[in-house]
Amino acid sequence: MSEPATETRSVVVEREIPFPPEKIWRALTQPHLIEEWLMKNDFKPAVDHRFNLRGDWGQVDCQVLTVEPHKTLSYTWEALGLESVVTWTLTPTRTGTHLRMEQRGFRADQQQAYQGAKFGWQRFFANLEQVLARAD
Amino acid sequence: MPDVHDVLFRTLADPTRRALFERLCREGEQTVGALTARAGVSQPAVSKHLGVLKQAGLVRDRHEGRQTHYSAQLGALAPLIDWTSQMAGFWQSRFDRLEDLLKRMDQ
Repeated sequence: MSEPATETRSVVVEREIPFPPEKIWRALTQPHLIEEWLMKNDFKPAVDHRFNLRGDWGQVDCQVLTVEPHKTLSYTWEALGLESVVTWTLTPTRTGTHLRMEQRGFRADQQQAYQGAKFGWQRFFANLEQVLARAD
Repeated sequence: MPDVHDVLFRTLADPTRRALFERLCREGEQTVGALTARAGVSQPAVSKHLGVLKQAGLVRDRHEGRQTHYSAQLGALAPLIDWTSQMAGFWQSRFDRLEDLLKRMDQ
């Protein structure tokens, strides 16, 4: 594979939600609410705050990168040696909010760590492209 | 998440274990002694980690004289090629839960 090391790929999920951004923001940033839809956590909406998301299969290490109330929230998402960044974007619409989640990461240079595993990673990236094609 | 992912995720979630696996991927077959010299943990600990990796199918051992050589089994990572579609599915289901929660929340 010959992608530049800085190139990243991402997973995007978007949805129209019939609630205002302020309400969605609460669900994205209050720990007891986050736990209800995502995972157990010690989240705080403060830049640089480090927190964990704990699932029954293991834990995700995170750090808050961006907090723009009711607009944008992003944090790092590190699990299994793959670093990525999750970014939430809230855009008000006439009927509620356009909510977009992008998990960006999977840097091409991370595969260096698994250089021997070329076969698996080539298929990994091919699969990622299919996911992206479906997500658009 | 299917069991096979579960085992791989759990096995590679440990940083020491993951580092051992990555070294075998990068540098090829190595003895327990060589791995221990740079692992920062004791030989019994390294052996134990290698045992867990072996059980997950991620490494194979080969005995030669008194030495045991370990090598990475790259094919074992194949289930992870599905990781991103798993992730997309994960987020779709979390969006569903988020919407359910929003319906239940006070304004």
